[in-house]
Amino acid sequence: MPQYMLIMRGTDETNAAMMANVDEMMAATRLFIEETAKAGVYVAAEGLDDPGRGVVVHFSDEAPVVTDGPYGETKELFGGFFLLDVASKQEAVEWAKRVPAVPGSKIEIRRVPGEDEVPQDNGKFVKEGALRESSGQI
Amino acid sequence: MGTADVEAVWRIESARIVAALTRFTGDFGLAEDAAQEAVAEALVSWPLAAPANPAGWLMATARRRAIDAIRRRTALQDRYALLAAGPAVDDEIDPDRIDDDVLALMFVSCHPVLSREARVALTLRVVGGLSSEEIARAFLVPVPTVQARITRAKKTIAAAGVPFELPAAGERRERLGAVLSALYVIFTEGSTATSGDRLLRPDVAYEAIRLARTLAALQPDEPEVHGLLALCELTAARFPARTGPDGSPVLLEDQDRRRWDFSAIRRGLAALAKASTRGLGPYGLQAAIAAAHASAPSVEATDWDRIVVLYEALGRVAPSPVVELNRAVAVAMASGPAPALAIVDELIALDRLPGSHLVPTVRGELLARLGRRPEARAELELAARLCANQRERSVLLRKAAALG
Repeated sequence: MPQYMLIMRGTDETNAAMMANVDEMMAATRLFIEETAKAGVYVAAEGLDDPGRGVVVHFSDEAPVVTDGPYGETKELFGGFFLLDVASKQEAVEWAKRVPAVPGSKIEIRRVPGEDEVPQDNGKFVKEGALRESSGQI
Repeated sequence: MGTADVEAVWRIESARIVAALTRFTGDFGLAEDAAQEAVAEALVSWPLAAPANPAGWLMATARRRAIDAIRRRTALQDRYALLAAGPAVDDEIDPDRIDDDVLALMFVSCHPVLSREARVALTLRVVGGLSSEEIARAFLVPVPTVQARITRAKKTIAAAGVPFELPAAGERRERLGAVLSALYVIFTEGSTATSGDRLLRPDVAYEAIRLARTLAALQPDEPEVHGLLALCELTAARFPARTGPDGSPVLLEDQDRRRWDFSAIRRGLAALAKASTRGLGPYGLQAAIAAAHASAPSVEATDWDRIVVLYEALGRVAPSPVVELNRAVAVAMASGPAPALAIVDELIALDRLPGSHLVPTVRGELLARLGRRPEARAELELAARLCANQRERSVLLRKAAALG
C-alpha cells in the first residue's frame, strides 16, 4: 500500500514566526500527531533543525564538494515531515489542511510507493535487499 | 470538491460524527442514518460550493438530520420536551469524551447480539467510514447483501436495547475479544482471500490494520490489542513476497525475503514489544511467531526451537487442531520428522481435523522426509483430492508424482 509524505516547506519568515510561538506550535503538533494516531494513519513524523546549521554535499564529475548552510538559493526550505498511511491522496490533503502551520508556509504532498509496486527484477532494489541481508537486517 | 474529497473527509470524521450523534440522541441506528444523510448531501452540495470547514459542516448537517428524525418520530408532548432541551443540541464535541465515544462505537458495532458478518460490516461502515459499495467489494458479496446486514444489525441493536457505553469491567475482556476478532476476520479476508481469484487483497488488510491502530491508540493498556496489531503488521510485511509475478502463491520457504516490507516489520516488532508487557495472549503469541520468521534471514536460520515453544504456549491459551498441526511443522524443523509425525498421528487418531487437506499434506511431507515414499505419495494424493484450491492441488500432485 502507498503512503503519503506531508513535507513541510517554510521560509525564514515562517520559521521565525514559528519560533516566536514555539511552545504553542509544539503542543498543537503533538495534538495533530495524536489525532492521526487515533485515526490509525500515523506512521512517522520528524522536524528538522535550523537549515542554517545544515551542510550540503554537491556532486559533480569530480569529488563531492561540501558547503555549509542552507540548500541552494531556494526560498522554501524543507523543515520536517509527517508520513501517513491513508487510503487516498485526497485523505492526505485533508490531513495536511489540519497541520498546525503559520501563514506563508506550505506543505508538499508526495506519494511513497508501496514495496509491492517495486518491480521484482529491479537491479537497485535487489542490491538494497542484498545489503540489508549482509548487514543482518533480515 | 469532488466525490473523492467528500469520501476523504468522511473517512476521517465518520467515527467521531456517529459516536457524538449516538451520545446526543441515544439511538445508534438513528445516528448512523443521519450521518449517512449528511454524506449524501455533501456529495451533492460540495461540488457546487465547498464549505470552509468540511468536518464541521458534516457534523452540523448530521445533527440537523438527527433532530429532524426525532421530530418526525416523537409525539407532540415529547416534541416540546425536546425543544425545551434545545441548547444541548448546540454543544460542541467534548474532546475528552469523544475518544471514549469512538471506543463505545467499536464495542457496539461488535456486540455479541450481532452475527459475525454483521459485526464486520458495521465496524467497517461506522468506524472505518467505508461505504456499502466498498464493504461489498472487500467481501465479494452483492451491495444489497451488505445494506441488508447493516439494516438488520441496527434493528438488532435497538431491539436488544444495547446501551451506548463502554462495557463494565466484568465483561470488558470478553467484549474486547469480540472487537479484536472482528478486526482479525477483516484482516484475514485480505491476507488469505477466502474467495475470489486473488490470493491477497492488501486494501482489505489495510482497513483492518488501520482499525487496529485506532484501537491501540484508544486502548493503549490492553496487551492483546497491540498483539493483534503486531500480528497484522508482521503478516502484511510479507505480502510483497507472497505472490509470484503471475499471482500464484509463494511459500514461506521460497519467498525472496529481500522483498519483505521492513518498515512494516519494524512497526510490528514495536507493537509486539508493547504486547509483551504482561505475558502474551493468543494474538501476541501468533505475532511472536510471525516475528521469529520476520527476523530470520532464511528458513534454515530460523529459530525453530523458539517457534515450537511459542506454539506450545498458543496451544495452552487457545487450543486448536490447526495450532497442533503448525506445532508439528515447527517440531519437524527443530527436531526432525519423527517426533512431528507422532503429533500428526495423534491428531488423526482423535479425528480432530476431519476432511482437511492440511493433515495429509503435512503427513505426506513428513513421511517423504523419513524416506517412506509410497506412504508419502498416498498421503499427498489424498491431500490433493481434499484440496479445494486448484493452484494448491496441482502443487500437491506434482510433489506426489516426484515421489515415484
